[in-house]
Amino acid sequence: MTMIRDIFKRNRERNDPTIPSKAAKDVPEGLMFKCPECKHIVLTKEMAKLQKVCPKCDHHCKMTAHERVESLMDKDSFESIDNHLKSGNPLGFPGYTEKIEADSNKTGLNEAVLTGVGKIDGQPLVAAVMDSHFRMGSMGSVVGEKITRAIELATDKGYPFVIFTASGGARMQEGVLSLMQMAKTSVALKRHSNEGLLFISVLTHPTTGGVSASFASVGDINIAEPKALIGFAGRRVIEQTVREKLPEDFQTAEFLLAHGQLDAVVHRHKMQKTLSSLIKLHTKGAVARG
Amino acid sequence: MAKKVQKSLPFEEPLIQLRKKIIELKEYTENAEVDLSAEITSLETRLEKLEIDIYEDMKPWDRVQVARHPNRPTTLDYLPHVFDDFIELHGDRLYGDDEAIVGGIASFQGQPVTVIGHQRGKDTKENVRRNFGMPHPEGYRKALRLMKQAEKFRRPIICLIDTKGAYPGKAAEERGQSEAIARNLVEMAGLEVPVISIVIGEGGSGGALALGVGNHILMLENSTFSVISPEGAASILWKDSALAQTAAEAMKITAPDLLEMGIIERMIPEIRGGAHHDPLKQAALLSEAIEKSLGELNPLDAEALIDQRYNKFKAIGVFTE
Repeated sequence: MTMIRDIFKRNRERNDPTIPSKAAKDVPEGLMFKCPECKHIVLTKEMAKLQKVCPKCDHHCKMTAHERVESLMDKDSFESIDNHLKSGNPLGFPGYTEKIEADSNKTGLNEAVLTGVGKIDGQPLVAAVMDSHFRMGSMGSVVGEKITRAIELATDKGYPFVIFTASGGARMQEGVLSLMQMAKTSVALKRHSNEGLLFISVLTHPTTGGVSASFASVGDINIAEPKALIGFAGRRVIEQTVREKLPEDFQTAEFLLAHGQLDAVVHRHKMQKTLSSLIKLHTKGAVARG
Repeated sequence: MAKKVQKSLPFEEPLIQLRKKIIELKEYTENAEVDLSAEITSLETRLEKLEIDIYEDMKPWDRVQVARHPNRPTTLDYLPHVFDDFIELHGDRLYGDDEAIVGGIASFQGQPVTVIGHQRGKDTKENVRRNFGMPHPEGYRKALRLMKQAEKFRRPIICLIDTKGAYPGKAAEERGQSEAIARNLVEMAGLEVPVISIVIGEGGSGGALALGVGNHILMLENSTFSVISPEGAASILWKDSALAQTAAEAMKITAPDLLEMGIIERMIPEIRGGAHHDPLKQAALLSEAIEKSLGELNPLDAEALIDQRYNKFKAIGVFTE
């Protein structure tokens, strides 16, 4: 064992001088983007223009909440709300507050969802965009509260509500309080729905667990990005319980579409247009009804 | 037929030992004609004290054990003792009948109600049929159908929660487990009749919550309600499911915990040592709690009920502005 390690160690030492350390530094961090799927390398700037869709394999790479807002909303139309809410540490989990803080600094968000009012093609809407870079997009008290307040704002203003989900599910560190956020967001959605207002859920990679089993699945219209992982239980858990091999495309957006769980799978480049049309079609109906 | 042996739990071990000793002494007194009644009385006093010590100070993990006890009364065990004229109604009208959830109409102290509950099996055969009380989407859709029916006929709804969780399986995913649960949450929010959700055993995550959006949530003293099982939490948080005992404490999943957090309206006291020690008496305590909640909710009209539910759930969460 140690011998093998020594071999590699020697190699590394021998190779080190041949890689000019200066050259490596010549490429500033973040200039290039590597597709996690096909390893294709693109200029980050180019990738941003492509809305983080790989030009080679069409993989929809993860977006931050801010990137998502920029790619969809009319320029400078988006105003975020509730950025002042801060998670507590209700169960007193060691290190939880620090983890939240670290992710907050990393993402520039106060929690795993960005909410606010904006416009798509001049049409106002309230949007909530989850960000899987923040605690895997998991839902605790603040995520639940921000989404609930966003829905309430949409209800008050008579606006459509659009959510982009990206979440591993409920946040363990807040225990049953996290679970109850599923109910909290649901009671708010019911009120919004009773007003005859439109709710579009856009499921992006990944949307699982408690988020999948609450607001993500009950849009008037449910759409998903290609190949997004969407499901209630984790694949490994299911494989352990059913002891059978699951199909390759199990719990992908395409799998859900085939099983009648989605209205459509929409390419990211067509998302803005699709949302715009959907909102327009619903607004006209509302106007005609008076 | 042999009487079912009461299964004891690890934390009850000192009690079992002491009881055994008392029985031995009693037998000895009878057979050997030696009077040991003084010793017996002293041991019985000790037993009583020990019972109080052990049962009055149950740790979260002890409660988890009691909540999972194989002899713990299930929905169908309580039904005949709490309600009259129960008629079971089957099927979701879409796919099938999921026996992990039972439901139907009954009368509670003369008032027609709809009762819906998770149903575990009593033995292996029944557990296979009922999938260990872990529902598929059709179970939740049956529950929703019965709730809508209750709403039409202005009957209060009583849900009994007792599940490890919604079933994590291939078929469940294909038929929309997520949507079935999510739909129940939203639709329950809008029900125009009183909804009382009572956790009688394990309240496992979304699969439990799908019957849990009630005006009142009540919990039996030794039941649990959690986002994940203690074993699951331990394996995710510390990569070691053996730490379940620690997780049970840390996750705050017991009835006293949820009462303190303001998530549940009240805790229903249990027979000392757990409901399985006397299901009949426990049923009476359950009836009492339902009567109290119904008494508070019956006078409310549809709008007030929906508002009450809205405000209840809207208030749950810990954060700073």
